[in-house]
Amino acid sequence: MIQTSEAVRNTATLNVDQIRDDFPVLGRMINGMPLAYLDNAASSQSPRQVIDAVKRYHEFHHSNVHRGVHTLSQEATGLYEEAREKIRAFLNASSLKEIIFTSGTTDGVNLVASSFVEERLNEGDEILITHLEHHSNIVPWHILCERKKAKLRVLPINDNGEIILDNLDDYLTSRTRIVGVNHISNALGTINPVKKIVEAAHRKNIPVIVDGAQATPHEIVDVQDLGCDFYAISGHKMYGPTGIGVLYGRQELLEQMRPYRSGGDMILSVSFDKVVYNELPYRFEAGTPPIAQAIGLGAAADYINSIGKEAIRNYENMLLDYATRKLGEIPQVRFIGTAKDKASLVSFVIDGVHPHDVGTILDGEGIAVRTGHHCAQPVMERFSIPATTRASFAFYNTTEEIDRLVAGVRKVIEVFDA
Amino acid sequence: MLNTHTKNLYQDVILDHNKKPRNYKVLEGHSHMAHGDNPLCGDKLDVYLTVDENNVVVDVSFIGDGCAISKASASMMTTMVKGKPIDEVETLFHEFHKMSTGKLDPDAEPNHLGRLKIFAGVRDLPARVKCATLAWHTLDAALKGERIVSTE
Ligand SMILES: Cc1ncc(COP(=O)(O)O)c(C=O)c1O
Repeated sequence: MIQTSEAVRNTATLNVDQIRDDFPVLGRMINGMPLAYLDNAASSQSPRQVIDAVKRYHEFHHSNVHRGVHTLSQEATGLYEEAREKIRAFLNASSLKEIIFTSGTTDGVNLVASSFVEERLNEGDEILITHLEHHSNIVPWHILCERKKAKLRVLPINDNGEIILDNLDDYLTSRTRIVGVNHISNALGTINPVKKIVEAAHRKNIPVIVDGAQATPHEIVDVQDLGCDFYAISGHKMYGPTGIGVLYGRQELLEQMRPYRSGGDMILSVSFDKVVYNELPYRFEAGTPPIAQAIGLGAAADYINSIGKEAIRNYENMLLDYATRKLGEIPQVRFIGTAKDKASLVSFVIDGVHPHDVGTILDGEGIAVRTGHHCAQPVMERFSIPATTRASFAFYNTTEEIDRLVAGVRKVIEVFDA
Repeated sequence: MLNTHTKNLYQDVILDHNKKPRNYKVLEGHSHMAHGDNPLCGDKLDVYLTVDENNVVVDVSFIGDGCAISKASASMMTTMVKGKPIDEVETLFHEFHKMSTGKLDPDAEPNHLGRLKIFAGVRDLPARVKCATLAWHTLDAALKGERIVSTE
């Protein structure tokens, strides 16, 4: 995206104090200290606007969708479908038929694996992913490849944690049935050149699924501009509820796909001899969906839009630069993941101190960070480490919180004499 | 300085065992061994034992990677069980496990934990209990003839 002067103006108007007031949990004390929540890549907090939208549904509109002629059911259906429209606009999909509610990114990947790739994958075929993937974009493909005697191939990454594209064309073969790539790496923060990968794959008519779990809270996502075939996201990573996600799929492909799970709602008519499947997107939404959560996710999209994606990105970039500079002043801190294009998270190790000890000591100071392999064990292996400490920022974080993180890390080093 | 919970846990003794683990080696000619894994943390360790014909642990060692809690716990375990008969080792394992999960107050109830009491602080940190107990579970598995144990 081009940075406009408008975006710069927006940064100036991002009022963090006011934003923080929208997030009830940020007022909590943890171990006697104000919570500094720096684990947004694992799950981000919800603003009152999201919590209230869910609450209102439960208090006034609760009922099933698409099934009743009574008032509540019509209201619930209206709210649920309104949420779908909000997400369509948020991702800039061209049609509501392309927006399928799932339980999250994991569910979206599994849907594509079982309804799209499975019947197209034969012995000796290939699935291409990257070394940066989250387990949710590895394991479904691994299982499928094992069952079909197909081959899982992996695009390598360099020492900065960037995908190496030099030999991309060699990895895209006549046997490649799908490419899976994450938009932003949750372990390292790398923003991947998804559009480039899509273009290369499409030149050979290979479809691409993008794991967008980490991108929706930070990036302007435009599925038409990216050109990808599938895009999977999770509500709880973008200030929405847990248990809800969205799979965007190009209509042309969705039309050809077999149902995923089966039961009520995904059919038009049922007899014991014959079942007629419902139209898109309902064909892929069997059973009563997570209605309250979908409504909450719609409210989360509204909330992000109300702050403005450009303003969010500029502010978060400032936090990233600040954290990188301040932590970088500590000689014992070694960053893992130093891509040129990075989302607002820092992953690091301190030689001689295990990340879990770092995490426990920081928690004692009220600072929530994630320590571990971040469901990306191949990434850890690539850098020959068991785990990292990861601080991931949202637009409600402040430089003061980063100062506390830095002080906490210095304390760890002192205690461990590292 | 550190918050009380973390201070209780990260005492000098634990930090010292983390830095200079005792009996940190592969035990040549061992009679028992097992591999322990804590998949959540990525902690991994191997425990080796030599048990003689009188069922006494005459030698014990470990190697592995992990956080300070798991490493110090393994190190102190080896210093505690060396020279003890197996039944006493099993008693220690059970007492250690109960203390770590808050089911035994080592200052109020009779026990044989001695200097292992230093790990009592993990009961306040549920996410870290498995770090402290991994070495003991692995030792228990080795004595029972199981070669692989996972704390998940
Ligand atoms: C990059 C990435 N992909 C996929 C996932 C899985 O998301 P979920 O657990 O919501 O299905 C996550 C979250 O952990 C992630 O960070």
